[in-house]
Amino acid sequence: MKTVAKVMKYELRDVIRSRWLIAYTGFFLVVTDGLLRFTGDSANGILSLLNVVLIIIPLVNVVFGTMHVYNAREFMELLLAQPVRRRQLFGGLYLGLALPLSLGFVAGVGIPFLLHGVDDSAQRSTLALLLATGVVLTFCFTGLAFWLALRIEDRAKGLAAAIGVWLLMTVLYDGLVLVIGTMFADHSLEKPLLVLMVLDPVDLARVLMLLRLDVSALMGYTGATFKTFFGSVAGALLAFGALLLWATAPTLAALHRFRRKDF
Amino acid sequence: MSDDALLVVNGVRKRFGVVPVLQGIELTVRRGRVTAILGPNGAGKTTLIKIVLGLTGADAGCVTFDGQVLGDDPRPRAAIGYMPQIARYPENLSGAELMTMLADLRGTTATLDRELVDRFRLGSDLSKPLRALSGGTRQKVNAVLAFLFAPTLLVLDEPTAGLDPLSSSVLKDKIHEERERGGTVILTSHVMTELEELADDVVFLLDGTVRFAGSLHELKLRTRQLNLERAVAQLMREDMEAA
Repeated sequence: MKTVAKVMKYELRDVIRSRWLIAYTGFFLVVTDGLLRFTGDSANGILSLLNVVLIIIPLVNVVFGTMHVYNAREFMELLLAQPVRRRQLFGGLYLGLALPLSLGFVAGVGIPFLLHGVDDSAQRSTLALLLATGVVLTFCFTGLAFWLALRIEDRAKGLAAAIGVWLLMTVLYDGLVLVIGTMFADHSLEKPLLVLMVLDPVDLARVLMLLRLDVSALMGYTGATFKTFFGSVAGALLAFGALLLWATAPTLAALHRFRRKDF
Repeated sequence: MSDDALLVVNGVRKRFGVVPVLQGIELTVRRGRVTAILGPNGAGKTTLIKIVLGLTGADAGCVTFDGQVLGDDPRPRAAIGYMPQIARYPENLSGAELMTMLADLRGTTATLDRELVDRFRLGSDLSKPLRALSGGTRQKVNAVLAFLFAPTLLVLDEPTAGLDPLSSSVLKDKIHEERERGGTVILTSHVMTELEELADDVVFLLDGTVRFAGSLHELKLRTRQLNLERAVAQLMREDMEAA
């Protein structure tokens, strides 16, 4: 555990000084502040912010993460030649990237809300849920980035795969659901749709937030099915549980790969 | 096994996909000597070094270092210093931070060998982020890191690549001194004159096997050549004629 903290400390120092992270935090600061000014109240601010969060977090984390791991290749080799266990090294490198990215997001969204003030306590917990969801997505897509970059030797292919994963999970996924929905419109689609939803962390995050915000109009096909099937509270708990699974599974797969990889 | 053997490689095999890279390497590195590993591109030099360091796993065979079989236990690596070929480290960290990081990771309290810092005149460069340093200066930082913990075994992969003549000779002097102190060095390079100047023993790899292992002197006698470059050329010629 001590080794994990040591690796993390220096990795964190590197990432925190990177222009990417500063730009990422700045982006959330500007967008959040802008949305709060335009919408005027925090409830609408959170709702508008949700779509930005669901697109930007997966994109930046998976792309920046993949590039970061490729760039750290020689550094990893240097560290692997030290008397350090691979498992601990991985822990340090992963947390050293996922933590500053989470922090950048939380600060970028949180600070404008602190400055503008949040309307009531219900809004406060909605905001907390948004921040938590964003952090979980950060860990998920950073894990996916590690997994992709450790799995694929070729940088260009790895980067293409990262963008592919993002496209699939954010953009193509909705289309896929729609196609399946219309193709099998005569059948009962509840259960297949629920399975489909659990397969996509971005959709899980969206449904989770919309259950909380109670905006059925934006819920979409999967979300609506989910709500009728589980109800709001059980549905939200289930979605959050599945999301936590998504935050750990890619990371564990990446760790598995890291421990056996030939560098 | 003679007791002056520090590192013994026993029947190491490795293939990447269908490509056999190492096909049963037998090799002994003697204590207090500089051993040069050489061979044409793709002969398996870097793969062999990476297996010794534990960066890559062997399909078969084992590596014994100082009496211990190297495996999952990372501790024996505390006695090894490694200078990789490419020194691309986190660009927002400084050389000084890298040095404290490695010292931190190793948990050493012993005084560090910072001699190269002065000899390379790195001074103020150590506090700059690595991205602000030239390729040559980064390579100097890389060298400093390898020598930092006064290791029993130094593994240097193309150490002088990218260094100017002055820095290159500083590094070569350091390697000589290290050997005088009883240190053991494994070295690869494409510059034959440099290896000739530094190496006591030569290991010549070809197509994943050891074609020659012995002292530099023995190599010259066997091939009836006066310098290393011609001796190696002679080995390769013999190999082509045999094929």
